[in-house]
Amino acid sequence: MALTGIQIFKMTPKKNCKECGSPTCMAFSMKVAQGAVDISACPYMSEDALAQLSEATAPPMKTIKVGAGESEYSLGGETVLYRHEKTFVSKTRYASSVCTCMDDAAVDARLASVSNVDYERIGERMYTEMINVAYKAGDAAEKYVELVKKAAATGRCLILSCKDVEVAKAALEVCKDSKPVLNGADASNYEAMSAAATAAGVVLGVCGADINELYDTTAALEKLGNKNLILDVTADTIKATFANAVMVRRAALKDTDRTFGYPSIVNVAKLAKDDKAMQEALAATFTMKYGSIVIVEEMDYAMALPLYGLRQNLFTDPQKPMKVAPGIYPLNGADENSICLTTVDFALTYFLVSGELERSGVPVNLVISDAGGLSVLTAWAAGKLSSTSVSNFFLENVEDKIKSRKLIIPGKVAVLKGDIEAKLPGWEVIVAPLEAVQLVKFLKDMQANGQL
Amino acid sequence: MPFNCKPQKFSASIKAVDLGTGDKKVTLGGESVFPFYSFDGSEGNGAKVGVEISDMGLDHEPEAVKAYYAGCETMADIAKKAEAMEGADFVCLRLEGGDPNGADKSIEELVAVAKEVADAITAPLVVEGCKNVEKDGQLLPKVAEALQGKNVLLLSAKEEDYKAIGAAAGLAYDQKVGAESAVDINLAKQLNVVITQLGVKPESVVMNVGTAAVGYGYDYVISTMDRIKAAALSQDDKMLQMPIITPIASETWAVKESMATEEDAPEWGNLDARGVSMEVQTAAASLVSGSDAVILKHPQSVATIAKMIKELI
Repeated sequence: MALTGIQIFKMTPKKNCKECGSPTCMAFSMKVAQGAVDISACPYMSEDALAQLSEATAPPMKTIKVGAGESEYSLGGETVLYRHEKTFVSKTRYASSVCTCMDDAAVDARLASVSNVDYERIGERMYTEMINVAYKAGDAAEKYVELVKKAAATGRCLILSCKDVEVAKAALEVCKDSKPVLNGADASNYEAMSAAATAAGVVLGVCGADINELYDTTAALEKLGNKNLILDVTADTIKATFANAVMVRRAALKDTDRTFGYPSIVNVAKLAKDDKAMQEALAATFTMKYGSIVIVEEMDYAMALPLYGLRQNLFTDPQKPMKVAPGIYPLNGADENSICLTTVDFALTYFLVSGELERSGVPVNLVISDAGGLSVLTAWAAGKLSSTSVSNFFLENVEDKIKSRKLIIPGKVAVLKGDIEAKLPGWEVIVAPLEAVQLVKFLKDMQANGQL
Repeated sequence: MPFNCKPQKFSASIKAVDLGTGDKKVTLGGESVFPFYSFDGSEGNGAKVGVEISDMGLDHEPEAVKAYYAGCETMADIAKKAEAMEGADFVCLRLEGGDPNGADKSIEELVAVAKEVADAITAPLVVEGCKNVEKDGQLLPKVAEALQGKNVLLLSAKEEDYKAIGAAAGLAYDQKVGAESAVDINLAKQLNVVITQLGVKPESVVMNVGTAAVGYGYDYVISTMDRIKAAALSQDDKMLQMPIITPIASETWAVKESMATEEDAPEWGNLDARGVSMEVQTAAASLVSGSDAVILKHPQSVATIAKMIKELI
């Protein structure tokens, strides 16, 4: 249970020594209660009080690190159930699947596909971060180890889905340095699995036949001292999996039940085997509802483009708009002789405008200058989009790269036309329509009239 | 110590709104839990899936959609085929030809299309205007009049034209009114308030709170719907308890992921698969956020989302 500032204050030495950085012990206690400062900042807390407090003031959901080097990811650490309450912190990671049940050709094709999807969207690299390597009970351990080696060669973070302790140990031998997830503990094997995971220094994935068994097994693992866990909430049905994913996260954050305070894995490939469209629907669903890792059969562009876009939207700071980097974006094969059109760097505006420009098919250089990530009118009202900001950007970044001297400005700031023309000698400033959707007709008309 | 599950019980619920008549009538809303939280309580009538067709016929549709309707010659044929789509609960006719900046069809012509479609099918019908506020303000009341007795939903009454559409659809001809606002909880509530002040029963209103394709400012959509459902259920806000309908297809098939040809974007692969994925994922995300009904158009999307809803309820 979370403690109040007063309860924490009672356990402090009350000497107001300021060594923690706060002016008084009371002030310090208040900050600890809010989670702003860690209790260990006070050098005079008794061991007893410290133990009691660090338990009580610990975040409701642990942050678990998986993978190593460039492929290291933080999972969990969330504090809220809805993005409008506070920013979600650890974005969902996606895994492709390989299995000992697949033949060599299929495995090679799948592993090759992992590197296919790799692109940038609004400053973020989008790619398949993980590979789930599944062991089919009864297959030879060597076969699994070979498969793990092959998958590890891609450099991606691995999830070893294997419930056989001996086989898992053999697989860990060849890949433990890359810090895979050992996803294999259940009610029957958790002690041995936990020992194997701890020995290799990797995160242990826990599953259960139902949510109660998952809870009991997790509690038993914590009792063994293993708190480096991920909960595999995948059940037999879509419905039960959804219920597990929501109940686990809600118990952790709303009811501060720390036994469920771990990130989760949802295996969508298992829930909708061979049904690609359903996997897409479920990948989106479990990105929204609390999957820390979502496993699909194969990630291709068709699945990735909407999914990564959704994730990018979901994990943005609700108080900070998404911004695109300032610069010149040539569209429809535009070159230095193509007309320029400018708008603000607010991502939503950028996408709306660039989408319409692309629909028009007219070559245009879309010029984005820094406007604080605000929409056109807001940026104008805040002074972030002005004749000076536009003209300076063009003088510094555009004039030497573009030969065309025609500039289309947003219809909503038509008032800037005169000032921009005065500050940008040689440029003809044209006012666009009020709404982005009217741009297609506007540009096509300009083209037809030979104005471009 | 066993897991102590604490269900989130609400005494409030989303209003149940009937669409259509007869055997195929559907009810939107009625739930008293967050979307698909069936472990907490009643899911009501479950989310519904509509199939979008357009008065502009099939010329501009994606190839797979054209293929599905192959052989259809009249709007009546298309409508019948739409209601027969696997997973379809209702049909949504978009009168986009009414746009003064587009085909600019006359109101008489569009009303005739709406009548032809309504007479051809037994499934409930939703009629969507052309998005031009002035034209819709004249067109939708005429559609409401022509389709009396069919219990159709008219999309949409907006801040600018709610009086004409709300009065005709909700009062004079006893149809259902779609209240469309732009991705903001306060705007959505305000519009419901003024529409009900006209005298329209709250049980005759369905909200379209605005949407986008995932990746395109969809963060606002998620938070708007999350907050509306939370206010409706936990605070018993009667002016936000109308079910939510979300037209998905008209957003997702207009973004470049669904439109760029395979020649333009060779690394992206099959165009049809991309379009379906964008539609399916946006629909799934909307349903999880709070849509009580989604409107799609690709047969595979409709079948997949209908199946997902069935699996989750």
